[in-house]
This record gives sequence, structure tokens and C-alpha cells, in this order.
Amino acid sequence: MKRRKLIVTGIAFVVIMGASAVFLSSERGRVNAATTPANGEQVIHITAKKFAYSPSQIVLKKGEPVVLELTSQDREHGFRQEELGIRVDVKPGETARVRLVPQQTGSFEFACDVFCGTGHEEMAGEIVVVD
Amino acid sequence: MKTRRINRREFLELAGLVGAGIAGVVFASGLSHAEAAERSIRANDFFFLQMSDTHWGFSGPAVNPDAAMTLEKAVASVNSLEQQPDFIVFTGDLTHTTDDSQERRTRLTQFRDIVSKLKVKDIHFLAGEHDASLDHGEAFQEFFGALHYTFDHKGIHFIVLDNVSDPTGSLGDAQLQWLRTDLARLDRMQTIVVFTHRPLFDLSPQWDWATRDGAEALKVLTPFDYVTVFYGHIHQEHHHLTGHIPHHAAKSLMFPLPAPGSVPKKAPIPWDPTKPYNGLGFRTAQVKAGKKEYPLTEWPVVKG
Repeated sequence: MKRRKLIVTGIAFVVIMGASAVFLSSERGRVNAATTPANGEQVIHITAKKFAYSPSQIVLKKGEPVVLELTSQDREHGFRQEELGIRVDVKPGETARVRLVPQQTGSFEFACDVFCGTGHEEMAGEIVVVD
Repeated sequence: MKTRRINRREFLELAGLVGAGIAGVVFASGLSHAEAAERSIRANDFFFLQMSDTHWGFSGPAVNPDAAMTLEKAVASVNSLEQQPDFIVFTGDLTHTTDDSQERRTRLTQFRDIVSKLKVKDIHFLAGEHDASLDHGEAFQEFFGALHYTFDHKGIHFIVLDNVSDPTGSLGDAQLQWLRTDLARLDRMQTIVVFTHRPLFDLSPQWDWATRDGAEALKVLTPFDYVTVFYGHIHQEHHHLTGHIPHHAAKSLMFPLPAPGSVPKKAPIPWDPTKPYNGLGFRTAQVKAGKKEYPLTEWPVVKG
């Protein structure tokens, strides 16, 4: 009886862990990386991995607050955009958050500013702010 | 801290060239003029030679089709100078980066073999982020020793700072404390020359042309009247003042880069077949204790 209880508990544990893994995996694999939390502010999920950001182009609306959530899938990277005043470290296992209310339209290139390897110079993307 | 790029006249004054009979000709970097400048160096003066950003291992025919020979040619040009410098300093990015740690050591070995042909044997090496950021300077130290250090030469105190082995481009608290301790024993009138790879000031942070905590280093150096900084990283001649401290960036010996902020995206300037090695070179700097005069001579890779 005791043994059967242990087996059932074990199976339940495996099922729960498996479901969590699928959930996490799908979160990381997002292509459309935006969500809207309860306070109404849009959240943009950005992943950094040698030597690219995903997504690499982020379209925002002027005057609308947004939160950038950055995670790394391999090593430490940086995320810098001078004109919009953004500079954060993006470390594995951590989520860096930047709240932003874009005040001007245009295209703003962001780049990695933590030297990360042979493709470091090409690790960049752009924030496009539209009306 | 007040910071600005200096204009041509200010540079000439800063370098002590106005009225020296060689004003303008040195700045113009022409070889024949440079030779004239070399001859003008008096016997009792000393000068050092700065080589930078050799990026050994780089491959990109559109940028430098002679990448495998450029360093060799520069070494030959240095050896052919009529007067040899007291010492040579390499201000970082000796090698082009690689994710393979063994290949990094191979490139460092090849680089060391080539520069061992320099006549001058007193050589000081700095790491660049291409050499040291991926392994925190481990391979570089196996070949060239400490990442930050000091040395003295003919009354001048030279300080080598490491703003590359931390991939964030920082000096770090420990090194800044080391710098404070080193400076604390010096007279405020001591002439100091700082060598570093990245600029210590915010030249163009978006292009990674900055040191995160460089302002702190400049703060502790500012009480000294005679401080000059020589650096590399930006692959072009550039002169700038922060307060009373001049900063002189050197050309690369592999590929030039555009002026800060002059183009939307930083990228090497393509090779001009009508002007081979254009934008590349090395420099000599004349140093005198207790003066802010640093006559600089820019030399091409190959004598024309």
C-alpha cells in the first residue's frame, strides 16, 4: 500500500515537472514577445543569446508606457540605447526590467555593450517608435 | 567634469608644437615631415613609440587584404627609424578575438613572435577586449604578465590600466583602489602618463567607446597637474581634453574605424586600393618631465 502511494506520488511529480518545463520552454520560444499585465502596461520579452536579440526589432507607440523584460540564454550580455537612456546588464538566470515611455518617434539602435565573443560587434537591434 | 574635443590649434599648443618649427608638419603625418620631426628630437629628450590594435588573426579582405603582413611591415618600419625609441607600448587588441581559447593562444604566440623582431626590447603590453574579455585576461597573462602595473622611466611615472579583462569594460573597485594607493605616494607635480585600451571618458558609449567607471579614475588623477592619457580601441587618431588631462587615441595596425557618431553603424572602413594602409599607423611621443608638451609624430605602416 505504502509502495503504491509512493509510485503515485512519483508519477504526479514527474507530470507536474514536465508541464512546468513545457510552459517555460514555450515562454522562451515566443516570437511575439509582448504581454499585457494587470496594470495595463505592455511588457516586451527580449532574449539575448550569442550574438543576437530576439526579437531584434521592437515597435513601440509614442507616449505609451512599456516594460522591457530581458533575459539571457547563455552568458552575460548588455543592452544599451543611449538616446532613450537605456543601459542594463542581462545575466543568465536573472530578468532585467526597464520601464520606458518613448517620447519621440524614430528608429533607435540598441546594442550589446558587454564583450561576448566573435559576433559581439554585430549583436544589435532597433527600437522603432511610431505615432 | 568638463570634457571636450580639442581643435587643431589647441592640439598643437598642447603638444608644444606651435612655434617649434615643426607645427603642422607633424600633425599632417607626412613621412618626409615626420622624418624632419624625428631629426628635430634633441639628443637629451626621450620618446616612446605607441603601436595599437594590431588585431593579429583578423581576416577580411575588403577591409585589409594584407592582414597577414601588415604587422610585419609595421615592425620593419619601426626598425628602420633613424632614432629608436626608449621603449614601445602596445595599447591593446594585440589579437583579434576568437571563442576558441587554444586559437587565442596560437594568435598570441604568433603576435609575440612577430614583435620579437623589433630592435627595441623594452616593450610594454596592454590587453584589449579582444585579447582578454572572454577569459578575464588568463591567456594574455600567460604571455605578457600583469594586466595593470606601473613603471618609471627617466622621471616619468607610467601607469597601465586594465579596462578590458572585465567584459563590462570596467576598471573595478579593486583596481581603482590600487590606483589610489599608487598615486597617494606621489608628489602632485609628478609627471604621469597613463596607458589604457579603452578611452577613460565617454567618447561614444553607444559604440562601446567608454569605460564604465573611467570617471572615477580621472577623478583621482585630476589633482595631478601633469597627466596625459594614451589609449587605443577606436582605431584612429583622436585628441580630447577632460579638464586639464589630454587623451590621445592611436591608429590601428589592422583596420580604421569611422569618427565617433559619424555613421549610423560602427564598421571598419573598407580598404582603399588607391591608398593602401590608409588610416593605419603608429606614433612616437616625446616626453619631458614637468611639461605638458608631448610632440606626437604619426607614422604610416609603410614608408612611401
